[in-house]
Amino acid sequence: MTVNPSGWRPEAPSNDADAVPATFTGNTFTGNRALMLEEALLFEIGSIDRTGVDLDMSRVPAQAGTPSGVGTAHPPARVNEGLLRNRPIGLPGLSEPEAVRHYTRLSRQNYGIDLGFFPLGSCTMKHNPRLNEKMARLPGFADLHPLTPVDGTQGALALIHLVGEWLKTLTGMPGIAMSPKAGAHGELCGLLAIRAAHEAKGDARTTILVPESAHGTNPATAAFAGYAVESIPATAEGRVDLDALKAKLGGHVAGVMITNPNTCGLFERDMIEIAEAIHAVGAYLYCDGANFNAIVGSVRPGDLGVDAMHINLHKTFSTPHGGGGPGSGPVVFSEALAPFAPLPFVERHGETFVLVEEETVAEEHHEKAFGRMVAFHGQMGMFVRAAAYMMSHGADGLRQVSEDAVLSANYILRSLEDVLDAPFGASGPCMHEALFSDDGMAAGFTTLDIAKGLIDEGFHPMTMYFPLVVHGAMLIEPTETESKAALDQFIGALRSVAERAKAGDPALKAAPIHAPRRRLDETAAARKPVLVYRDPPLAAAAE
Amino acid sequence: MAQTYFSKDHEWIVVEGDSATVGITDYAQAQLGDIVFAEVPPAGTALEKGKEAAVVESVKAASDVYAPVTGTVTEANAALEADPALVNTSPEQDGWFFKLTLSDPSELDGLMDEAAYKAFVESL
Repeated sequence: MTVNPSGWRPEAPSNDADAVPATFTGNTFTGNRALMLEEALLFEIGSIDRTGVDLDMSRVPAQAGTPSGVGTAHPPARVNEGLLRNRPIGLPGLSEPEAVRHYTRLSRQNYGIDLGFFPLGSCTMKHNPRLNEKMARLPGFADLHPLTPVDGTQGALALIHLVGEWLKTLTGMPGIAMSPKAGAHGELCGLLAIRAAHEAKGDARTTILVPESAHGTNPATAAFAGYAVESIPATAEGRVDLDALKAKLGGHVAGVMITNPNTCGLFERDMIEIAEAIHAVGAYLYCDGANFNAIVGSVRPGDLGVDAMHINLHKTFSTPHGGGGPGSGPVVFSEALAPFAPLPFVERHGETFVLVEEETVAEEHHEKAFGRMVAFHGQMGMFVRAAAYMMSHGADGLRQVSEDAVLSANYILRSLEDVLDAPFGASGPCMHEALFSDDGMAAGFTTLDIAKGLIDEGFHPMTMYFPLVVHGAMLIEPTETESKAALDQFIGALRSVAERAKAGDPALKAAPIHAPRRRLDETAAARKPVLVYRDPPLAAAAE
Repeated sequence: MAQTYFSKDHEWIVVEGDSATVGITDYAQAQLGDIVFAEVPPAGTALEKGKEAAVVESVKAASDVYAPVTGTVTEANAALEADPALVNTSPEQDGWFFKLTLSDPSELDGLMDEAAYKAFVESL
C-alpha cells in the first residue's frame, strides 16, 4: 500500500491582500472573527428564568413562605431559620453545554505555559510534566480524605516525609514545615518561627530588615507578623550593601530577609558574611527561596548560614501555578529554628509514619512548635507532583535543571545586551533571569511598549517594572524547559521590538494590534474598577 | 513668606511659620506614572522625619511617601481619595498630600532648596 501517492501537501493560505473584496469592512454580524469567538459574560448568556439542573422538587420539603426553586433545597431541620434564603438567588441559569462552551471559549483567549514561552521573571514558569499529573491522579492519593486515620494513610504520610527529606537534603537544613500553602505563607511561617525563637528567650525584637530589591511580599509579611520594616540599599552592582546592612543591625533586629539569588538575577556573594553579621547580633537570616531554581544541587542555603527558607514547589519543583493548581511553600529551618516549626508534621519511626499534632506534641517532644497555620497537611496534590519531579530527575538531574536554567538566562542576557541596556551586565554572569532597563529607548517609549509589542509577536511579556531598583525593569526568566530554538525565536522577536522602540516606531505605541483586545486602559481599570455586574450591563461604562 | 524645600525622596514641603504642606514632586509623579490610589494620613497622625507617612500606588508600583520633617498632621487632602490623578496633573498644587505642624523647624536645614533639588534630579 502506498501512502499519499500524489505527494499532495496542504498549501499555506493566500495572504494576497487583493483577494479581500473592497467592500469587506472587517466587521462581522456576531463580532466573531472566523472561529475565534467573542464571548459575553455569564450573566449575559444565561437568564434567571432558566436552569441547568433538574431537581426533583417533590422530594424537597416545602418551606413556608419561600418560593420554590434552586436555593430552597435544604433539609430544614439542619439549617438555622435565620439563614434560609427568602428570595431567589438571581444567578443566571445555564445549560451544561452553554457553561462548557463559555469556559472553553475563554480558555482559547488565554495564554499559558502549555501554549508557548512564558518568560515571566521571578515566577519560574517551567513546564509542568504530565507524569506529575498522572501520579497526582492515582486514586490512593487523589481520593484520600484528610481525616482518614493515620493507619490508613501511611502511603500519603510516607510521601510527605519523602518530599520533606529531599528538601532538607537539597538545602542542607535539618528542620521542615510542609504545611504552608504558598510562598508568602511560607515567609509568614518563617517569621513566626523567628518570633517564637526570640520570645522563647524572652527577647522582644521589633524590626525586620529587607533589601530594596526584595519581592514585595517580604516587607508585607514582616508587617503582617507585627514587625517594623527597614530597607537595606543595594550597591551599584546590584547586590546587598553589606556595610549599610551592618550599620542597621542591632539588638532590635529580629531578622533579615534576603532573596538569593536576588531579584536583579545575581548571586549574593557575601551571603556567609551577611549571615555571620546577622547572627552576631542574635538575629536570624530568612532567605526568600523564590529563586532556588538557579542553585539546586550547586549551593545548599544551610551552608550559607540561612535559618529559614521557603521553597516554592510551584516554581522550582514544576507544580502548576495559579489556575493550574494551588501553590505550595514548604519551609526549611536551621538547627536553631527547627524546634519552633509549626504543626502538623510527619515523623518516621522505623517503618511507621506518625503525624505530630496537638494531641501527640508532648510525646514527640515538639512542645516548642509555634502553632498551626493550616487545618490539615498542606497541598497534598502538589507534594505528589513534586515527588514525581524529584524522583524522575534524580539529584543529578535536578542539578542539571538549575545549570540549564542559568545557561538559558545568560544566553538571553548576552544575546540582547547590544540592543537593550543590561544595568548589571558587568556584575558577572546572571543566575536564572536576565535583567534589562529601558535606557536608550526613543523619547516617549517605555517598557510597557516593549511588552505590548511582544504580545503581537506571540509571547507572554516578561515581568516589568520589577525590581524597583532598575528604571523600566524587564526581568526575563526563560527556565530550563525551553529549547535553544525557542530561545532564539524569542531573542529575535525581542530584538525586533527593542529596535522599534529605539527607532521610535509609532506603530509600536499602538501595539498590540493582533490581540483579541487592543491596548487596555490600565489606569482607568485601576482608578474606576467595575467590580459588580449590573443589569443592563455596564450602562455607565458605555457612555 | 512661604518657603519651599525638597527631600532626596522627592517630597516637597512648603513651610509658613510652624505649619507646612507636603506632596510629591513633578519628577516623582512622572517616574511613577499614572497614579491610581493615594492613602494619606488622617489629621492627628504623628509623623517622624524619614518614616513612612503616606502610600501612593501607580500602574507600575506602590511606593511609600516619607515625612520630610517630624510633626503632627492637621489636614489630609480628601480630594485624592476620589481623584488620585490630581497627583499627576497638579503634583505641586492641588495634588498635595497632607498639612502638618512642625515639631522642630531646624530639621528643614537638612532639606534642599529648589535649585539644589533641580541639580539633584539632573544627577540621577
